[in-house]
Amino acid sequence: MNPLTPMPFPETSFALTLGLLLLAPMAIAGVALVNTGLGRSRSAAQSLLGSLVVISTAVIAFALVGAAIAAGTSADHVFHLVSKAWNWAGAGPLFLKGFTFAGPRAQLAFLFELLSVALVALIPWGSGADRLRLPAGAAIAAIMGAVVFPLVAHWVWGNGWLAQLGINFSAGSGFFDGGGVAAIHALGGVAALAVVWIAGPRQGKFPREGLSTAMPGHNVVYALLGCLIALVGWLAWNMAGSLLWLNTPPSGLVVTAVNTVLSATAALVATFSVTRIRFGKPDASLCANGWLGGLVASSACAGVVSPMAALFIGLVAGIITPLLVELFELALSIDDPSGAISVHGAAGLWGLAAAGIFAQQDGQFVAQLIGVSTLLGLVLPMIYVIFWLANRVLAFRVDPDGERIGMDLHELGGNAYPEFVVHRDESYR
Amino acid sequence: MKYAGLLVMPAGFFLSIAAILLFPPSPQRALFVLCGLAVEAMGLVVAVRGHMQIRGENR
Repeated sequence: MNPLTPMPFPETSFALTLGLLLLAPMAIAGVALVNTGLGRSRSAAQSLLGSLVVISTAVIAFALVGAAIAAGTSADHVFHLVSKAWNWAGAGPLFLKGFTFAGPRAQLAFLFELLSVALVALIPWGSGADRLRLPAGAAIAAIMGAVVFPLVAHWVWGNGWLAQLGINFSAGSGFFDGGGVAAIHALGGVAALAVVWIAGPRQGKFPREGLSTAMPGHNVVYALLGCLIALVGWLAWNMAGSLLWLNTPPSGLVVTAVNTVLSATAALVATFSVTRIRFGKPDASLCANGWLGGLVASSACAGVVSPMAALFIGLVAGIITPLLVELFELALSIDDPSGAISVHGAAGLWGLAAAGIFAQQDGQFVAQLIGVSTLLGLVLPMIYVIFWLANRVLAFRVDPDGERIGMDLHELGGNAYPEFVVHRDESYR
Repeated sequence: MKYAGLLVMPAGFFLSIAAILLFPPSPQRALFVLCGLAVEAMGLVVAVRGHMQIRGENR
């Protein structure tokens, strides 16, 4: 569990991890496609271009500043409480100084984190679809890449206080997060909640009277294709994470892959059944959310649980994801077009807790719960305050006229589908 | 109300941390951590209700 522990990392593991990390961007591509498909046609080009913008900004911010905080070195920032060391931030070199001469494992860890920060930034961008401005998306990504993600990544992967819960407090092996559920998905989910709270809902989403207005995704084929593309990336992501952070030998990776597939498929079957029972017919966009929810939950547990446990974890993720999407929209007035708060946030937190339940290690459940508690109780308020301040400097939300004509025309000067008729807001009702 | 909820959530986090500081590995420790999570959940509910209230006023 401790990435700094000098573990043997043979050439085969190095080559395998590098190869897997080259496939991992498929997960990012899949999530971007799902986000675009679940948004409106008048904002499709802005959504996909925005994905590239937020990925680029987050990656550059992480490389310049964030990597120094995320790194685990002997000079980390530590405070002492009750005679225990609490390693809360890294103190690596800025601007990737000395990276060329770092060991192969450290370089792979950096590449893993670089891809992770790209995915983290994409999650709130999907939730703010159809009203979040491109500069605001870039600002959010820069904050996530420079400060927020590096802190959590350090706590989890950089020998930080969460990773040391096992050593300091006999809580299992310390908090573990092989596939990056805490540092990527749950973090992205809580950031999405903060963005949605601050930016507010789309115009006409919650009318003064009656139920919320249905604004279905403009291209469910994109969303479903995105799910299939994401599966390839997720398999690579979970296996690379197991090699790097859980010290799984290459021979143990088949179980990780099987668990990933079982969790996703079980989640899809569950969501298909739930929506079939709820609405009389299965809902395609919610099924896409359920599939991703299963993949997210698998990232927490694929490397540490049995296949039957992974199937059960996926099944539960597939049940809670569509129900929460509905609850957030209908009961709580939270407008989340991509469903990221449920898919990445809720399913991620469930996966983390489930990994503690099924990992069969004394004290592991407590370690995982502390991780969940940190994300909800410390990281969410912190992100909200940072984004609230950022919104004062650079307004997140587009002006009403821009939202009315669509983000494509307003921000890019042209539509993604110039030959399509753009419907007026009233046509949704 | 939203800000009150957001202030309650760190209180839950500190309860969870207190659990690992105060208790040796035991079922009581897990229970104490769960109590911390319950406080966070309460804070989240308050924050969400505050959000709904603001939305209702702005409609």
